[in-house]
Amino acid sequence: MISKEREPTPQTDALEKLQEKLKDVDRREFLKACSLLAPVLLGVIRVPILEAQEVASSEYDPTEHFYAMGIDVSKCIGCGQCVQACKTENDVPFEPEFFNTWVERYVIRADGEVDVDSPNGGLDGFPPPGGEGEIRRTFFVPKLCNHCANPPCVQVCPVGATFITEDGVILVDESYCIGCRYCIQACPYGARWMHPETHVAAKCTFCYHRVVDGLVPACVEVCPTGARIFGEVEQRVTPLARFMRFNDVQVLKPHLNTKPKAYYANLDGEVR
Amino acid sequence: MQGFIYPNEFELHWGILIVLYPYLTGLVAGAFILASLERVFNVKEVQPTYRLALLTALAFLLVAPIPLLAHLGHPLRSYEIFLTPNRQSAMAMFGFVYAWYLMVVLLLEIWFDYRKDLVLWARQATGVRRWMYYALTLGATDLSKRSLRFDDRMGRWITIIGIPSAFLLHGYVGFIFGSVKANPWWSSVLMPVVFLFSAIVSGIALVLIIYVFSSLLRWKPIDMQCADKLAAFLFYAMVVDFSLEMLDFIHRLYESEESIEILSRMIESRLFVSLIVLQVVLGTLLPLVTLGLTAPALSKKSVLVLPDELKRLAYLGSAILVQIGIFSIRYNVVIGGQLFSKSLRGLTVYKAELLGIEGVLMASALLILPLIILWMLVKILPPWPDAEASLPTEEGGDTGVQRPAPAR
Repeated sequence: MISKEREPTPQTDALEKLQEKLKDVDRREFLKACSLLAPVLLGVIRVPILEAQEVASSEYDPTEHFYAMGIDVSKCIGCGQCVQACKTENDVPFEPEFFNTWVERYVIRADGEVDVDSPNGGLDGFPPPGGEGEIRRTFFVPKLCNHCANPPCVQVCPVGATFITEDGVILVDESYCIGCRYCIQACPYGARWMHPETHVAAKCTFCYHRVVDGLVPACVEVCPTGARIFGEVEQRVTPLARFMRFNDVQVLKPHLNTKPKAYYANLDGEVR
Repeated sequence: MQGFIYPNEFELHWGILIVLYPYLTGLVAGAFILASLERVFNVKEVQPTYRLALLTALAFLLVAPIPLLAHLGHPLRSYEIFLTPNRQSAMAMFGFVYAWYLMVVLLLEIWFDYRKDLVLWARQATGVRRWMYYALTLGATDLSKRSLRFDDRMGRWITIIGIPSAFLLHGYVGFIFGSVKANPWWSSVLMPVVFLFSAIVSGIALVLIIYVFSSLLRWKPIDMQCADKLAAFLFYAMVVDFSLEMLDFIHRLYESEESIEILSRMIESRLFVSLIVLQVVLGTLLPLVTLGLTAPALSKKSVLVLPDELKRLAYLGSAILVQIGIFSIRYNVVIGGQLFSKSLRGLTVYKAELLGIEGVLMASALLILPLIILWMLVKILPPWPDAEASLPTEEGGDTGVQRPAPAR
């Protein structure tokens, strides 16, 4: 990737002026200034997380939340950090057939031919596109469980081991799943897989263990470009709500009426 | 692998064991519907196969859930389907449909049909067999005319309930596949109906095969009237089944939805042998033509007038081809539905293992097992008309040793 030279911005100018000023101040005054700045700096770091959801004050109440994910296709650079983070955070086997989330690359040729690939789920990034023919454009699409509001996987589970939580997340009860794999067949997005050790269906949980602690999913946390936006759908002042207000969003395979909650901005019609 | 498939699709989830499941239940439903021909629809010619068909259905039904259990990630948790079924799930109904069919339909019908013979056999036999037959009568040893009439009436009613139940059993299996909207190869409202008719085809063909072979093994002549009738019904069922399959095929082609391209590619490459060669040409067209020419299906006399030996051979050959064809149908549905990516951009491959619980050897064993069970059932409950007729009449005329006239 070519990194652009950073051009001086008004912010950097202001910082230089501040430094000039600080040269003349003694240590006491310097520390005083720092203590004044600290809340601002911390706020910058914490605000996105605070906005994603309210920090659990004491008990987590699932009825107060309803989660979804926004994905800005134009921001994804195909680095595979999200795949790596997900596998690490959720103990997903590193073999190349088990993914809670993966990244697909679309290469659209001048003649309209479309090549799609996802080597090792995009975990190690992507080699330069091969194949013949002039390339019209390329883009990356992160995929994951869509946490559908009308989930076929939940419908077909014979024992009710997979279920939809009050806060809108689809989970699997590992101690209850009989391993019939009907849910894997029923998922139109290929988002489910069979755990080779526990022999139960496995999938993206939106990092539920993190979310109830007020954190964002691992893939969102590590995304260097902010292509993934996690949060509340139904509250107005959240990054996700803002994302959905300012983008034309689409979902995958809308004709199946699964009502997905992974909302894509700048999605190409070729993506299925 | 060809084209693009989702990373999680590298593993094929339903293998050869799940191919067996619809195949076995289809045989059960088909054999039962054949039995009902004699009982309810009064087709007297097929009477020699009535009990044989019931026992065949039972033997295969006992084996049908084994491949499912063997395939589960946690077979020991399978009872949860009974305890906490998810009422929205098609699969959750399996346990209830199965239990209903086994307990209420098959076992009851067999018991009512055999009760008189069980009592008589118990009286004739000695030692362990005597006690076994007594136990099987469940203590109902009354052989008065009235009770025999009751047996017969009950048997008839159970068959009447049994026909929709057999439809339910196999139509339901078709629904499990046909209701998966994520999969364009499966998702079709015709699926349960196609499953049902292919079940009838496979059941008739199986009973025909077993009837011919058992007659050969017992050195008994084959009742040609019965064989002719079986062949004719096999022909009719195949015509309906093939028409439905063609309807499904043409409908898909004509609608030409977004999946048509990848499905066509799959049929041309991955499924060419199992679908075009085995299912359509060898498993359907060839036996259809053979039966059409040799069996008295289209008129009272067959088109080709052949000596009985040759006719029997033609029937047997057709029935075996039909079995291969129906097994291919199940394979093409179950495996075919997983050979293309749900991204509709690529094809994957199915590599059958030889050993292991999902292997070909295991599947073969599960195909032979029902025949062994059937052999044992036949030893305990001989289904042959001569076994029934040879009984001495201890209580004179009013026991009705002869089965009450079939004019039910």
